[in-house]
Amino acid sequence: MNVNAISEIVSGFFIIVGTIFSLLSAFGLIRLPDIYTRSHAATKSVTLGVLCTLFGTFLYFWMTDGFISIRLLLGIFFVFLTAPVAGHLICRAAYRTNVPLTKESVQDDLKEVLKKGN
Amino acid sequence: MAFQILINIVIALIWVFLLNSFTGADFVVGYVIGILILFVLRRFLQFDFYMRRVWAIIKLIVLFFKELILANIDVMKIVLSPKLDIEPGIIALPTNLKSDWELTLLASLITLTPGTLSMDFSDDSKYIYIHAINVPDKEEMIRQIHNTFERAIMEVTK
Repeated sequence: MNVNAISEIVSGFFIIVGTIFSLLSAFGLIRLPDIYTRSHAATKSVTLGVLCTLFGTFLYFWMTDGFISIRLLLGIFFVFLTAPVAGHLICRAAYRTNVPLTKESVQDDLKEVLKKGN
Repeated sequence: MAFQILINIVIALIWVFLLNSFTGADFVVGYVIGILILFVLRRFLQFDFYMRRVWAIIKLIVLFFKELILANIDVMKIVLSPKLDIEPGIIALPTNLKSDWELTLLASLITLTPGTLSMDFSDDSKYIYIHAINVPDKEEMIRQIHNTFERAIMEVTK
């Protein structure tokens, strides 16, 4: 068991976990009922999936080649910076163009506020 | 805070010049010595000792990663359960944060935590409207989580 084998196992673990999270979020996009619940799956799981995959790649090249790729770390940083904002904007635009909530919804605090404004 | 970091860098540079060896390791040693000097002289500083704020940022990052992993386990459970028994809804969450910067950070953190997604700000920015995936059993718990986040952000910017 030398260093290379251990690093391959660790980075392989990270990449597989990232792939599983991406797959699950794709399942979520199919199964969940409306756009708002779908963006739950799309923002959270994909973010962690991309994070795990990029981090596994970073570890692999660091351990085997001794090459520290700052670009991969920057990629993680930018995904973290932009994914929640994109989810926020898509949800907001959907709500303001009257995309309906799913039938199971039990509470809607935003409706009266927007009505009062108009 | 920026001023203190500048002082710290200047102390590290002076340390490097005193040793007359210009390497990264000596710069780091000088920087640590500068932190100690600033810590000793903290009552003369106009603002709070800045390492406290750095420590608060580190705590916020650790809290964030913990919540991110919990959020993903949460979504995984919902997606993989054979029957979808979710009750989504939109909740108004009152907040005490003032500046745009803090509000943006809080909204991003809310989006990446279990079962919640920030959707809209009210015009006076006293409320954040969040879409929760499971309203009845989670409302109190979510509020509590956001109190910890809000407090952590206040620790950083105070």
